[in-house]
Amino acid sequence: MKRQFSPRLLLRNGQLMAGLIIFMTVLVVAIGADYLAPKAFDEMDIPNKLQPPGESGVMGTDQYGRDLLSRVIYGSRIALRVGLIVVVIESVLGVTLGLVAGYYGGWADRLISFLTDMTWALPPIVLALAIVTALGPSLNNVVIAIALVSWAGYARLIRSKTQSLKNMPFVEAARALGESDTAIMFRYILPNTFSLIIVLATLSLPTAILSTTSLSFLGLGSQPPAPDWGVILNEGISLIFNAPWISIFPGLAIVFTALGFNLLGEGLRDILDPRMKV
Amino acid sequence: MFNYAVKRLAFGLVVVFAVTVVLFGVMQLMPGDPIRLITDPSRVPEWRIQELRREYGLDKPAYVQYLLWMGKLLRGDLGQSIFTGQKVSILIAARLPYTLLLAFTSLLLHYAIAVPLGLFAAIRANSRIDRAIVFVTTALRAVPGFWLGILLMLLFAINLRWFPISGYSGPMSMVLPVATLTLPMLGGTVRLTRSEVLETLREPFVLTAYAKGLPERRVILRHVLRNALIPVTVMFFLSLPWIVGGSVIIENVFAWPGMGRLLWNSITNQDLPVVQGIIVIIAMLTVVSNTIGDIISAMLDPRIRIEMEEVAG
Repeated sequence: MKRQFSPRLLLRNGQLMAGLIIFMTVLVVAIGADYLAPKAFDEMDIPNKLQPPGESGVMGTDQYGRDLLSRVIYGSRIALRVGLIVVVIESVLGVTLGLVAGYYGGWADRLISFLTDMTWALPPIVLALAIVTALGPSLNNVVIAIALVSWAGYARLIRSKTQSLKNMPFVEAARALGESDTAIMFRYILPNTFSLIIVLATLSLPTAILSTTSLSFLGLGSQPPAPDWGVILNEGISLIFNAPWISIFPGLAIVFTALGFNLLGEGLRDILDPRMKV
Repeated sequence: MFNYAVKRLAFGLVVVFAVTVVLFGVMQLMPGDPIRLITDPSRVPEWRIQELRREYGLDKPAYVQYLLWMGKLLRGDLGQSIFTGQKVSILIAARLPYTLLLAFTSLLLHYAIAVPLGLFAAIRANSRIDRAIVFVTTALRAVPGFWLGILLMLLFAINLRWFPISGYSGPMSMVLPVATLTLPMLGGTVRLTRSEVLETLREPFVLTAYAKGLPERRVILRHVLRNALIPVTVMFFLSLPWIVGGSVIIENVFAWPGMGRLLWNSITNQDLPVVQGIIVIIAMLTVVSNTIGDIISAMLDPRIRIEMEEVAG
């Protein structure tokens, strides 16, 4: 039995509400960065360098006297944009491949399943490192790399969902009406997988943000002076003795954002389909 | 059972082979020429560059390079570092033990913490303690490993001076990197154990065990835990590659002398043979541990075996 969707259920689900509030906060900060940030993210003020949190800024300043709070605020734009782009690419790829594999079966299924197994033959971060090595360090290449290594989860789940849907009466009916395979896949089966896709996408967004900031932290993604949280942490670790605050605040921002999306995703799963195994 | 194991192993080999092809293909996309990168054009004449390209086989078409590389690989030769000229196999052999030491210690610690927690949460399902355990482990999942590493370093190495800041210098230097690798991953295993135990608690045989009058302790340990731990055991092997992947980043935080640090150095130097060598080794490790995981799950649970034989064809 599917539970009835209602606003009351939404309010009662604490996880979902907490996740939603965090998500809205990060979104507002990212959109309103120009108004919220006290300074520009790259405005230097050398006499004021390495000031601890206090008078010279809520989060202090870095080695160039840049205001850390402003950098962290602008960083939310990068994190959200990158997370979103990665999720869009990986879900389009994974969902399409999963649909095709599940619907057609046979050699298409075997080929796609083999591709899935192959992407799983390496820890995702290592595979992403290989791709970034080949393409060269930049945020765009990191986005491509992360998306290319993380579509497999979608493909597998959509594949099995499609397999169970394709023999349903409504699909039979569509076929009897003379609908093409493409139409059946995308207009009949796909809409029935939306709740699965939404949960998957919400839950993989924090993963995408964590992986891209990790690579930026290693110096392979965003390059300075970008206010990418990973880049700031990378600058922070070399100043860890003199200015530990630089290493603390961007990490808090990452945790806050990732936690929000995790709670949101799990809350959505509980509402849409509690038995979903994601 | 034996047939199944052989089939899994053969499949693993095919996957490793495919990984090498893809890896080699991806590396061909690389824009820079490694020889030009390490030579100074004002001091090294053009003919010498060409000679070096020939020496490293970089003048041949990609598929010939691949076959040559593969041929050497099969003989256990991973080539030479372009940067230092050392043999890649020797470079890796010097680093691999440190990475494995870190990975296995973390994995063992991880299970020693996660399984009891998951079991406890399941037995007290929906109590306050259960919710607290689930919440904390969920929150930990949102913590990027490298940042956790920095925080632990800040607190325990710089402020309290309990442990060395970085590098390897005996067991004390392992504490922080191991903690960093262990904590963020706890969530998954705690939840898996918790949900498996909850599911097993509903099985009829558990009811029978209680009905026989067995004490609760015995039911939980002998009947419930044994069955619930099947998927958890399998996860142990499946998560080894994840830990190795995680250590690639953590090793760089703690300047740990392992493979991850070597990989990062080689990427920044565009030292292709070393990068390829490390990735092939990690792919093999992954496939081996995945295969062991699959075989063990089939051994422990005949239902899985049948299902998998159908999938594997």
